[in-house]
Amino acid sequence: MGRLDTDFRAKRDAGRKLLVPYVTGGLTGWQDAVRAAAANGADAIEIGIPFSDPVMDGPVIQEASLRALTAGATPVSILEEARDLDVDIPLAVMLYYNTVFRFGHRRFAELLIASGISAAIVPDLPLEESVEWTRAADASDVDTVMLAAPTAPDERLPRICARARGFVYSVGLLGVTGERDTLASTATTLAARLKKITDVPVIVGVGVSNAAQAAQVCAVADGVVQGASVVRRLMDGGADAVGDYVAEVRVAIDAVASAAPVAVITA
Amino acid sequence: MSLMAEPTAEGRFGEFGGRYVPETLIPACMELEAAFREAWSDPAFRAELDELLRSYAGRPSMLTECHNLSAQLGVRVILKREDLNHTGSHKINNVLGQVLLAQRMGKKRIVAETGAGQHGVASATAAALLGLQCKVYMGAVDVERQALNVFRMKLLGSEVEAVHSGSRTLKDAVNEAMRDWVATVESTHYCLGSVMGPHPYPWMVREFHRVIGNEAKVQCADLLGGDPDLVIACVGGGSNAMGIFSGFVDSPKTALIGVEPAGGAAVGRGIPGVVHGMKSYLMQDEYGQVLEAQSISAGLDYPGVGPEHSYLASIGRAKYETVTDPEVIEAFQVLARTEGIISALECAHAIAWLIREAGRFQGQTALINLSGRGDKDVAQMMDILEPELAAGGH
Repeated sequence: MGRLDTDFRAKRDAGRKLLVPYVTGGLTGWQDAVRAAAANGADAIEIGIPFSDPVMDGPVIQEASLRALTAGATPVSILEEARDLDVDIPLAVMLYYNTVFRFGHRRFAELLIASGISAAIVPDLPLEESVEWTRAADASDVDTVMLAAPTAPDERLPRICARARGFVYSVGLLGVTGERDTLASTATTLAARLKKITDVPVIVGVGVSNAAQAAQVCAVADGVVQGASVVRRLMDGGADAVGDYVAEVRVAIDAVASAAPVAVITA
Repeated sequence: MSLMAEPTAEGRFGEFGGRYVPETLIPACMELEAAFREAWSDPAFRAELDELLRSYAGRPSMLTECHNLSAQLGVRVILKREDLNHTGSHKINNVLGQVLLAQRMGKKRIVAETGAGQHGVASATAAALLGLQCKVYMGAVDVERQALNVFRMKLLGSEVEAVHSGSRTLKDAVNEAMRDWVATVESTHYCLGSVMGPHPYPWMVREFHRVIGNEAKVQCADLLGGDPDLVIACVGGGSNAMGIFSGFVDSPKTALIGVEPAGGAAVGRGIPGVVHGMKSYLMQDEYGQVLEAQSISAGLDYPGVGPEHSYLASIGRAKYETVTDPEVIEAFQVLARTEGIISALECAHAIAWLIREAGRFQGQTALINLSGRGDKDVAQMMDILEPELAAGGH
């Protein structure tokens, strides 16, 4: 187990709702955005490693990825810059599998740890294809976050949770990343299904678009990922706008945490 | 056992293939695999598809012996005329199969990607025939250079969306179709147009195109008294090649040649990678970013290739060669002038390779899959060639 796993279980057990902002690595101002998010109540940061063909991402993160790549960002340059972040919360990377595959599983896992990254989220690497990577990741104490989707049948979810380290990423809706006016009903129904069967922290991401929606989600889940809403603010308003937004979401989900007792986990 | 048998349970051909898709799509891929397996072993489904292929698509497609070109090259050249199918290419074989399957699965809508527009037109056609909604994603660059096919799809009642992300060609159209499918998977079937993507697509699409190889095998026996020395097909994703290779892969005397564009040679220039749901040869940089293909032919303008082609290449059973855009333009004209056949730019790659390499195969017999007709390319070629023809006094 890595640092994300230890941290998140401890904080969740202490009754805190977990906030995970996503920042596209290599985007202008991204390091300051990570620091601002950390200073304003984030519990971990997902650093996006831009990929040429991001099939799980909607327009905002596609645009951010393209800008970062056009500016010359590479996985190596981003991981080097990550070493200078000096924030006191766990860092995860979110990236597509070809980046890992091209480096080689073991070499990439070692590079992550050497760069101060404790976890990886690979949205196009489902359970069935994950063995080579998770073997290398486990050996280096990199936590591999697994995704669970609303389409999963009941029998599949326990197998996903059993393989998840750090948290299980409960995909909020059928669709790609991006902001929506209203929260999809799948966001809370899937989180509730997962909460019933696992003691791994359940964090909802994809389509959770503002502080109010984050609070709705946290009434059921252990926490929330904020992706497009953060990245859009970084592109439009810079790191300060990210810090303000993270603070706002923090307040909203803390209110949920103090209103509800900690759920008793039976699994 | 045939070299082109079923892939493993994980959808692998050797080390290639697999199912690298977002978790949301895993149940849909499994459902599709089960539905295909069940339908493909159901004689009623096979009979229904065969009847559509016969009475609607115009199968079997014939063989044409190219007497003039053969005399010129010193190689006996036979064409498998997939260009004469309804909608003008081999794509209809796969699309009729997939749309029938989608209907059987209770799906109301299909999405498709298209490069040159041939798969998009075929999808729009099958959707019109079988009463499903259809949306086609097409790179903005291709929308421009294949305007006629865009209009055809609209005439057939489909929606066409120009994709402005990335290189704005086929690979980006695949990305966008996958994004649509992630959001609509419960009602929608993704009608993927080549032997690529996550399992079961590479296997299923190959099976739907197997009819090309099955027919050609029998037709060659009649015409030649046996198998040809060479079977040649162009390769982008590689569906027409997989179709015709399937008839001859187990024939020891027959060399299989896949011809890629020099600017989109996944096998020729790529190394193993993972994109669009599969592990296969892929043109990519040192960090795994997918490179943009560059080809005169929109249908081959793709940096990846179907995983079974990677497998056949890795074991040496098929050879993959490249030709340049100028060689293709020349071949396009040679076939028109010697045989009176205007081919699609895609299969002009196969012709171009044989024209260049004919010296090595004197007296041998070559079967070329003429996978599509050139109507869609005439406007583009007119821009390139008309000044030249005018200068030549025509």
